[in-house]
Amino acid sequence: MRHLLSTRDLRRDEAIQILDLAEDMAQVAGREVPKLPALRGKTIVNLFYEDSTRTRISFEAAAKRLSADVINFSAKGSSVTKGESLKDTAQTLGAMGADAVVIRHGASGAAHVLAASDWIDAGVVNAGDGTHEHPTQALLDAYTIRQRVSGTGARGAGLDGVRVVIVGDVLHSRVARSNVWLLSTLGARVHIVAPVTLLPVELDNWPVTVGHSLDEAIDESPDVVMMLRIQAERMDDSFFPHPREYAREWGLDDARAARLGGDTIVMHPGPMNRGLEISARAADSVKSTVLEQVANGVSVRMAVLYLLVTAPGSDRGVSAGSTRGTGGEQR
Amino acid sequence: MVARIVLQQADIARALTRISHEILESNQGPADLVVLGIPTRGVVLADRIARVLDEIEPGSGSVGTLDITMYRDDLARQPTRTPVPTRIPAGGIDDKVVVLVDDVLYSGRTIRAALDALSDLGRPRAVRLAVLVDRGHRALPIRADFVGKNLPSSTAERINVRLTEIDGDEAVTIDDAGRLESTVSNGGGGSR
Repeated sequence: MRHLLSTRDLRRDEAIQILDLAEDMAQVAGREVPKLPALRGKTIVNLFYEDSTRTRISFEAAAKRLSADVINFSAKGSSVTKGESLKDTAQTLGAMGADAVVIRHGASGAAHVLAASDWIDAGVVNAGDGTHEHPTQALLDAYTIRQRVSGTGARGAGLDGVRVVIVGDVLHSRVARSNVWLLSTLGARVHIVAPVTLLPVELDNWPVTVGHSLDEAIDESPDVVMMLRIQAERMDDSFFPHPREYAREWGLDDARAARLGGDTIVMHPGPMNRGLEISARAADSVKSTVLEQVANGVSVRMAVLYLLVTAPGSDRGVSAGSTRGTGGEQR
Repeated sequence: MVARIVLQQADIARALTRISHEILESNQGPADLVVLGIPTRGVVLADRIARVLDEIEPGSGSVGTLDITMYRDDLARQPTRTPVPTRIPAGGIDDKVVVLVDDVLYSGRTIRAALDALSDLGRPRAVRLAVLVDRGHRALPIRADFVGKNLPSSTAERINVRLTEIDGDEAVTIDDAGRLESTVSNGGGGSR
């Protein structure tokens, strides 16, 4: 795997390889020394043009557990505010010898541009581009579902027959897009519930069924209910009349949460708008996997970074690193 | 390319039985023994040694798997390797006598990686090394405590260990593989 840009072009065996590897990485977290030397001497750059807490910290923790060096870059307080282009920033980072770049950008396709360019000779991980994709979030969601469904025998398994309902702002959600492709590839049946105004136009090509009532979807007793965040920063208030109306129709309130089956899990990519798309009680219940998702995120990102940086053809490791490598061996 | 058989099935079984006796002799009994196989073929050999240990001294065959993928020093030069899960027996390895088991001892780099992996898992009282074949050409100051067969070889030759559980048949063969010379010397290239 050279880059991880979207889950749409990820094959089933590749996805399962990442999830299985994440199981191994999760084992490390429980050890006396929760660190592996696999990426020692490699540099991973977190290039974040948009605000983020959990994704950036998660990638940073993942890289550090693999003994890589991490450089954090956020657009605020950098030369980007002076008007530096993505190309110049990327070339600057390339000149500093980055082995992988984790990029979050407000423009859909930014990660593709960076990966297809010759600006930088590093593996690229898409950590969210505009309203397009957020593949590592989908992978950690799939990992979380697989753990709850298959338990310890999860290795090698897909998500065949698992019924997932994705609720909320699908239009703006890169998490929803990545999950639709990945979960379908893994064999899950995905049902989308959203107000008509928050559904994208390209929906016809998606491998999903669509409804508009959360109550009807809950009556079908799904295995997973995934709530999406209402993205206030991408809204101009015309998508639904009032937040309270949204909460009443499409929010997972206490009454709806109580009607969910005993094994049904409630997921949310975070950050949560408590009281809007999910009630505080539903978010803190035993059905909720919100904190599990965060913990699993580190393992999944370790797996992705490992596969990317040690990929065959990641020639930068050989050409730039060979002199360093042999020097190290002789010691 | 001619493959010459060096050890047959019965030879391998005898070697493993002898190694098991030697392990018990040097440890003065079965106390605190943990046998850890290094994937892929070391795991099979470790299981067999543990079985023999258990026959000689019932209750002595504590066995597990030690994956070393993440500790290799050639990760970026090889095709991506997928690790095998590490399984450590319930008692852990702290203050135990760990016997590492691998099929072929060559440059010693695998064992170097295994020692690093072990130190991240705990602190054994002692670590021993058992191998089916020692073919020489060490690149590191590492030696085996228990050896099935010493097989002096040239770097151009290729040693194949085939085990029933993995390969369907069982033998140790040696190829005079001139054509494979480049592949082999890649593996041992760092020895110079």
